Amino acid sequence: MITAVAMSGGVDSSAAAALLAANARPSVVGLTMQLWNQRRLPALQGLEVIGPSGHASGRCCSLDDVYDARRVAHVLGIPYYVVNYESRFEDDVIRPFVSRYLAGETPIPCSLCNTEIKFERLVTTALEIGADRLATGHYARLLCDERTGRYRLFAARDRAKDQSYFLFGLTQQQLARAAFPLGELTKEQVRAIARERRLPVAEKPESQEICFVPAGSYRDFIAAYLAEQGGALPDRRGEIVSRDGRPLGEHTGLHNFTVGQRKGLGLATGSPLYVIELDAERNRVVVGCKDDLYRRVCRVRQVNWIRDVASGEVLEAQVKIRHKHVAAPARIESRANGEAMVAFAEPQRAITPGQAAVFYDGDEVVGGGWIAEAR
Amino acid sequence: MRRVYLDYNATTPLDPEVWEAMRPYWMEEFGNASSIHAYGQRAKAALEVAREQVAELLRARPDEIVFTSGGTESDNAAIFGAVEAARPRTPSGAKHVITTAIEHHAVLHAVKALEARGVEVSLVPVGQTGVVDPDDVELAIRPETVLISVMHANNELGTLQPVQEVGRRARARGILFHSDAVQTAGKAPVDVEALGVDLLSLSAHKFYGPKGVGALYIRRGTRLHPLLYGGHHERDRRPGTEPVPGIVGLGKAAEIAARRLQDEAAEVERLRDRLEAGILQRVPGAAVNGDPARRLPSTSNLRFEDVDGEGLVIALDLKGVACSTGAACSSGSLEPSHVLAAIGLKRQEARSSVRFSLGRFTTAEDVDYALEVIPAAVERLRSLSPHSARSATGDRVSPLSSSGQVAASGRPPSGR
Repeated sequence: MITAVAMSGGVDSSAAAALLAANARPSVVGLTMQLWNQRRLPALQGLEVIGPSGHASGRCCSLDDVYDARRVAHVLGIPYYVVNYESRFEDDVIRPFVSRYLAGETPIPCSLCNTEIKFERLVTTALEIGADRLATGHYARLLCDERTGRYRLFAARDRAKDQSYFLFGLTQQQLARAAFPLGELTKEQVRAIARERRLPVAEKPESQEICFVPAGSYRDFIAAYLAEQGGALPDRRGEIVSRDGRPLGEHTGLHNFTVGQRKGLGLATGSPLYVIELDAERNRVVVGCKDDLYRRVCRVRQVNWIRDVASGEVLEAQVKIRHKHVAAPARIESRANGEAMVAFAEPQRAITPGQAAVFYDGDEVVGGGWIAEAR
Repeated sequence: MRRVYLDYNATTPLDPEVWEAMRPYWMEEFGNASSIHAYGQRAKAALEVAREQVAELLRARPDEIVFTSGGTESDNAAIFGAVEAARPRTPSGAKHVITTAIEHHAVLHAVKALEARGVEVSLVPVGQTGVVDPDDVELAIRPETVLISVMHANNELGTLQPVQEVGRRARARGILFHSDAVQTAGKAPVDVEALGVDLLSLSAHKFYGPKGVGALYIRRGTRLHPLLYGGHHERDRRPGTEPVPGIVGLGKAAEIAARRLQDEAAEVERLRDRLEAGILQRVPGAAVNGDPARRLPSTSNLRFEDVDGEGLVIALDLKGVACSTGAACSSGSLEPSHVLAAIGLKRQEARSSVRFSLGRFTTAEDVDYALEVIPAAVERLRSLSPHSARSATGDRVSPLSSSGQVAASGRPPSGR
């Protein structure tokens, strides 16, 4: 059995590689994906954040990260390669990310990257080069139900580090080729492993969530990307309105707003106002008071069921609508068109189109999809 | 695991004779060739022997050979040095340089840098076979042209360029002519008189010499500004204490090459043809890139339909066969080859291309092992290839429409 490990140059995937390399039996190959050329958008240069250890953090595919991954592979004595998916990443992750933002959603590129690139293209490369499966540094657990032959996905033992939310889109075929060596471990145990193996990245700080957006400014990224594509950001100004349609002010473009946002509205009112909806059709930002942010029902599209769920089936589960959200009880109805309707027991704050709704049964990921709208 | 090295165009191992020749110059004969004392004199003598050996390989005179740190420096020294030293040929004061679209980056990026300094640059395209047409070069000549640079053989395709024909035309117009002969020197006949070049670059590690050493041939009377400033080494043409062991190694490698070149080229060609014919016979959907006849005996650039070249190179490496595709970028991953694009390959075809290059120590057993491993690896890649499946479903629409509306992410709704 040959296992390929997706190595980002961070401590998690490095420790995953170390754990696999320690078991003599499966042989291990390290792979790093070159996804985005950091030199491409010069307007964003100089926005890089230098982490406390002197490592630049939050930079995707930076040469430093490739350098780190290569050094770790060398320390572990495993073969290591960098594979170039820049054009696929742009087509399958960057462009949808930008277009959804412009359409008033708040997308999470990491899930898209997982389903389209990491567990699709990288798994294919792993198989192509003779490996049998792909391991990653995700904090999640995977079990094969021996009775049904179906793969089951669970939250990580360390709930604070759990990343199962980002993995809801994996199909049975993709799960069959996946391995998550860190699922039973805590972050501290993972760092301890890295220290014990003397991996040069043992003290490297955490990276931020969106790897290709320097310093977390997705607005700058979108503007720079569109400028590079030959289209300056079109004038997307529009109205800010109250729930009953009363004009309250002007906004600079839907992509500058997120549901639940309070600051930066430029409105002077007595009580605090929140963005409660981004109406792409009418290019309007709808604002309201805190209570208006709460919604009970949402429609979820492109649902991937990890557990065997028939269309029309109704199940009771807990649903997470953001990475840091505490899963809330809900009733889920599976629909034939690949959608699902989620009705929460209690109204939830800022259900945001573009984010994922992931369905849990306790620790287990039942399935999930993209939030299309909230009511 | 058996290991077979089929990447001689990237670099070669030292010839044991070269290693022996270099050995005394690390510890016993460590003198600085510029010193007056006996240590220095012996080092200097060794340099001059090496200079003669390199000159002999190129049919040049020893005083026309300047030692450098390798092919990249030689190319840069020739291009920047010649253009800077050239007197403008028209009252406008403009300077114009001609080179080809398939040059090594050491040339292409150098002329790009010149362009940023106001020098005009013409890149002559090549045909499908990867050979430049001398008439196209001639057509690009302007009154302001001060330098023409055409490589002797392309590193990716191995295609031999009509350097002699270009040289004749350059000389007729009184234009300086440089050739990057990094892939040919020591592996194919290089005669600076016959080629009609004024400047020619070579690198030791491409023909069984050490890395970090190269040479630039500068025809007598050629005006060249130095790239570096410092001491009076190399007749004031290249400052810096000479790396004597490396230069001795270069000299020895040149001497061996001059001696063995003809026989060796024939043997390498025989093995290359055996490898290529074997692959083409065993692997359907494989084809030769470039000109099958007019190329280096060492090189075979093949494309495999529906195969990701990067994946194939890794798969073969894990089976012990070392080969390559395109040029490596700074991260070590592969960037699309400008050479394969220049011969008109589509992006997908370029991505499915792999270069095998053979050399002095390649054996028939090596070739047979490669022939055992390659067809199976290609088949495995093809069985997993997303290309065919992708084009069949055809659902990969670009999600960023001009209206900025949301389109499908490309992933069909998964349902169950």
